[in-house]
Amino acid sequence: MTISDLRNAAADSGAPDAPKASAAVVPGSSKTGKPKAKRTWRSYSVYAGLALIFAYCLAPFYWMLVSSLRRTADIFDNTLLPAPFSLENYAKVFDGSTMFGQALLNSLIVAGTTTTFALVLGVFAAYAISRLNFRFKSRILGVIIATSMFPGISVVVPLLRLFTDIGWINTYQAMIVPNLSFAIPLAVWNLTTFMKALPFDLEEAAMIDGCTKWQAFRRVLLPLAAPGVFTTAILTFIHSWNEFIIALSMINDPKIQTATVAISKFTGATEFQAPFGEQMAAGVIVTVPLVIMVLVFQRRIVEGLTAGASK
Amino acid sequence: MTTTTAPPAGAQTGTPQPGTSQPDSPRRRGKRSPGEGRMAAMLLSPTLLVLALVIVYPLLSAVHQSLFRAESGLDADGFVSDVESFVGLANYADLFVGESGRRFLNAFANTTFFTVTTVFLETVLGLCLALAMNRAFRGRSFLRASILVPWAVPTAVSGLLWRWIFQSDGIANTMLGSEILWTAEGNASKVAVIIAEVWKTAPFIGLLVLAGMQVIPGEVYEAARIDGAGWWRQLGSITLPLVKPTLLVAVLFRMLDALRMFDLPFVLIGPGKESVETLSMLAWDESNQLRYGSASAFAVMLFLYVAVVAIVFVKVLGADVTGAKELKLLSKKTARKNRLAAQAASNAEQTDLANSQQKKAEATR
Repeated sequence: MTISDLRNAAADSGAPDAPKASAAVVPGSSKTGKPKAKRTWRSYSVYAGLALIFAYCLAPFYWMLVSSLRRTADIFDNTLLPAPFSLENYAKVFDGSTMFGQALLNSLIVAGTTTTFALVLGVFAAYAISRLNFRFKSRILGVIIATSMFPGISVVVPLLRLFTDIGWINTYQAMIVPNLSFAIPLAVWNLTTFMKALPFDLEEAAMIDGCTKWQAFRRVLLPLAAPGVFTTAILTFIHSWNEFIIALSMINDPKIQTATVAISKFTGATEFQAPFGEQMAAGVIVTVPLVIMVLVFQRRIVEGLTAGASK
Repeated sequence: MTTTTAPPAGAQTGTPQPGTSQPDSPRRRGKRSPGEGRMAAMLLSPTLLVLALVIVYPLLSAVHQSLFRAESGLDADGFVSDVESFVGLANYADLFVGESGRRFLNAFANTTFFTVTTVFLETVLGLCLALAMNRAFRGRSFLRASILVPWAVPTAVSGLLWRWIFQSDGIANTMLGSEILWTAEGNASKVAVIIAEVWKTAPFIGLLVLAGMQVIPGEVYEAARIDGAGWWRQLGSITLPLVKPTLLVAVLFRMLDALRMFDLPFVLIGPGKESVETLSMLAWDESNQLRYGSASAFAVMLFLYVAVVAIVFVKVLGADVTGAKELKLLSKKTARKNRLAAQAASNAEQTDLANSQQKKAEATR
């Protein structure tokens, strides 16, 4: 029984009423005595709308997928399925000349480390904000969230200088440390929202039974907040994985490049020879882990995304 | 043992009334102990320290650097040297005159143009998406998954993807039967950037707005219907006003994100293209040329721009992004949700919770 269950239950119990209510307000529907015809027409239009949304969301991605599965020779085909199905582009992506495998590994290292740091710091900060009483609490939360709106370039320009001076260019930490500038606010905010929503009574009961605050935190709150921590981890990971400007600025060695930067640099000899097949294949490879995550954890992700804004 | 505390507490947590949490806070506030403050300081200091390092320091450093200018010349021994000389506000004055001024004003105009157009289109489209999704019964989870796909695609990848679509002999021109050079300079490239940006972010707004719509109780619509309000009237008088707080926050986030737009025009059109150069791209380009002084000045200006927009939004329009207002609202809303949930939830869940709580309490003894 978690907050997510409560939320979903709330959504489920609330949802059926709203569409029913609005569907029934077709002007004059009660007088015509033919609600059936209206309803089918309405449901058709709803399905058409849904089909439109599917097409809108998935068509460009589908086109990337299809193009990546064509041979270089027929990359400019416009058929909806790759006529001779081929993995040629994928083979080329990994043939070693582009170091794309290394780039994927780098992305994993950078995003993974960023997520871990942000979560560890975020859990403690969120606990303090959601459970302890101290002065300037809401102001501190406000400042932390305000930092998440900080434009990346305003961090990159000065840090580029600093990292050049201390020899951090082309290192992982040159990406991980600036990444924290958006990962920590994200983690703190999400975790605070989750922890706020958890009932305080359980910890209170534990403390009445003789637990210290720390024990109550570790043994009661943390297990309860685990789904929230997990959601936050997914969101932070996706954001770090997609990060571009920091990795682009801090790194010029292909061995340390992250995947997003690496594929943006897949270029042919001239602009007109851009290896689109390979680019699409690489794009699919970078995106597929995220799409799988999205499919598996969609409920949690939506919850995390909307937690900050709609509460 | 726990029998004295657990069952009533369990019953309460199952349906936390506003009463259980709210009288709680003043009581706890009254008992603010010095130990609690110290503990909070201990727990928060690592986070604040890191943020100071990655946000405050760079900001101060940018302001500092923006007052200097590197002038490469020959030093006394005849070697080429980069001397940094203090130039005061000259870097800022240059934002408005001469060649660099033209470039800055162009980037400023582009950034503003992209922000206004994309956020407007995203909001309209996002609202439509949310309205459509709010109606869907079947396939809602499938819909939700597919709507997350554009959001999950890395911006750099979506830049590549749209570059491919907008290729001169690509699918966009084939479908339109046109021969537009989307990815070259000119207005077509602006349109390309806007389309790609809206594709990626409208679903995000849709999701946020949908979440706001789902907490509107059905009775409100029922009452409106009894009073004879039509669909449009309901939309204008119920749905929109009630999702307004959510929408404002979503729009604010999108605006701040659009103001720092970098990846998409960079990958889709390329760096140094006048028609799509944003402030972020300009600052990046300058720092790439090792002109840190003017790059910092651009970065500081962008920061100020973002800050002004955020402040205007929060103060004037009352977007409730965070802070006390939100946290107070939170307890009320969760209480309402929990009440709704309690109606739907079976007793089994409550006993379940009470049991698990009892176990927890026992475990912690």
